[in-house]
Amino acid sequence: MLLKTPDLIKPSEITDKQLYLNRRRFIRAGAQYGMAGALLNTVSLTGALAGTKLSTVRNDEYSTDEELTPYDAVTSYNNFYEFGTHKSDPSENSGKFKPQPWSVVVDGECMKPGTYAYEDIIKPHQLEERIYRLRCVEAWSMVIPWVGIPLADVLKRFEPTSDAKYVAFTTVMRPEEMPGMRRKVLDWPYREGLRIDEAMHPLTLLTVGLYGEVLPNQNGAPIRLVVPWKYGFKSIKSIVRIQFKRKTPRTSWNMSAPQEYGFYSNVNPEVDHPRWSQGKERRIGEFFKRETLMFNGYADQVASLYSGMDLRKNY
Amino acid sequence: MNSRWSKPVLFLLCTLPFCVLVYNGFTNNLTANPIKEITHFTGEWALRFLLITLSITPLRKITRKNALIRFRRMLGLFAFFYACLHFSTYLVLDQFFDWNEIVLDVAKRPYITVGFSAFVLLIPLAVTSTNKMAQRLGNNWRRLHSLIYPIAVLVIFHYLWLVKADILPPVIYGLILCLLLVLRWPGLKLGKRPVLRHT
Repeated sequence: MLLKTPDLIKPSEITDKQLYLNRRRFIRAGAQYGMAGALLNTVSLTGALAGTKLSTVRNDEYSTDEELTPYDAVTSYNNFYEFGTHKSDPSENSGKFKPQPWSVVVDGECMKPGTYAYEDIIKPHQLEERIYRLRCVEAWSMVIPWVGIPLADVLKRFEPTSDAKYVAFTTVMRPEEMPGMRRKVLDWPYREGLRIDEAMHPLTLLTVGLYGEVLPNQNGAPIRLVVPWKYGFKSIKSIVRIQFKRKTPRTSWNMSAPQEYGFYSNVNPEVDHPRWSQGKERRIGEFFKRETLMFNGYADQVASLYSGMDLRKNY
Repeated sequence: MNSRWSKPVLFLLCTLPFCVLVYNGFTNNLTANPIKEITHFTGEWALRFLLITLSITPLRKITRKNALIRFRRMLGLFAFFYACLHFSTYLVLDQFFDWNEIVLDVAKRPYITVGFSAFVLLIPLAVTSTNKMAQRLGNNWRRLHSLIYPIAVLVIFHYLWLVKADILPPVIYGLILCLLLVLRWPGLKLGKRPVLRHT
């Protein structure tokens, strides 16, 4: 049996080493990116409309060199049930959606809660372009050049306390602009969540663009998550709330069908969806299916997050 | 309805969804994932033709137009035609004859098990749809062809079990099937009684 001895120093009193190191790096980066910041101002002034070019720096370390999925496919074949359940619905029904002005509520276990305007979240950071694989739970996949900021860099600014074990995200709820919400296909608003170490992982990208441009509405404008080693539905779109939590947050697909969609939902070819195989996937634009890779091919970077865990149980 | 043109016209109408599919294929209008789109399109039309076929008998009773029976076999064969397209899309385009994967699918995935069973059960109905076969089988022909009812139920479950969250379309088709089955209940005297009173 495991007995827990009380800690002499409360964990909340210790500043995480990673955190203070990052704070220093953050200040340094702030000076370095002063120029880039000036450039980014022009972006926010245009109101960040879909199609606006973004000034980005390519991050090759975290990018794949696989062939990109064409822009038209990325922006016309979407799962965004708030606009309807057919793949073409989001691109066809999101014309009325207003992604600007936008703000995000930050609350829960952190020192800097509040309502942050879109510009205030983005401006202090250098936007990066990262080419990621996206694997949908429906066994199709794409390769997408996203534009964003490591989520960790943004979350650290809100100074999460040591009680912040999880981060919960919520999608905007505007039935008048999102016709799919008239029917309760899922329990709106859409909710997702990550363990704090998953949220802080350098691969996790807070995304504002694709193909070098501001996100189109159907792809989760103006600000979304991209977690490339998890099934696509974990990469929540059009975020309006970020909440630091002590306990595992409830997530929409898990609430809808708990035996089919777990909290983790890591891409795993060895654990099938109860109703279909996850062993293979069809890359959009290709005829033959390809083998699905463990953690969607990001095992080297993320497998350690789950060492010792039974991934069959924690699906 | 009794015109000699009615059957050829209906035939052409029934090929319309197929023509739309081919047209959309040539004009690149089958979404970014054409194989899935073709699978859903042909599957949905197979189900629709199955329900249209099943509506002939109640429609005959309600409208008292017995001539409708002339169209039933053709409609049923079109249900089989779209089911064949649906199945071959799965076999060729989706799995590309990956027999291992197909056997696993049929054995392990309930929605594929019931869909596959429905397709297999349709084959003897299509094969015995000729006049000659009907004559040869006599009373057994009627018994054999009542397989259409369990087939339709299997198809509804095939659809219901494959959707992720939006169960509305399969539920609507299921309700239509229920209605078509209820209308067959012998206790229900659809439009027949007035005829009897007059005689």
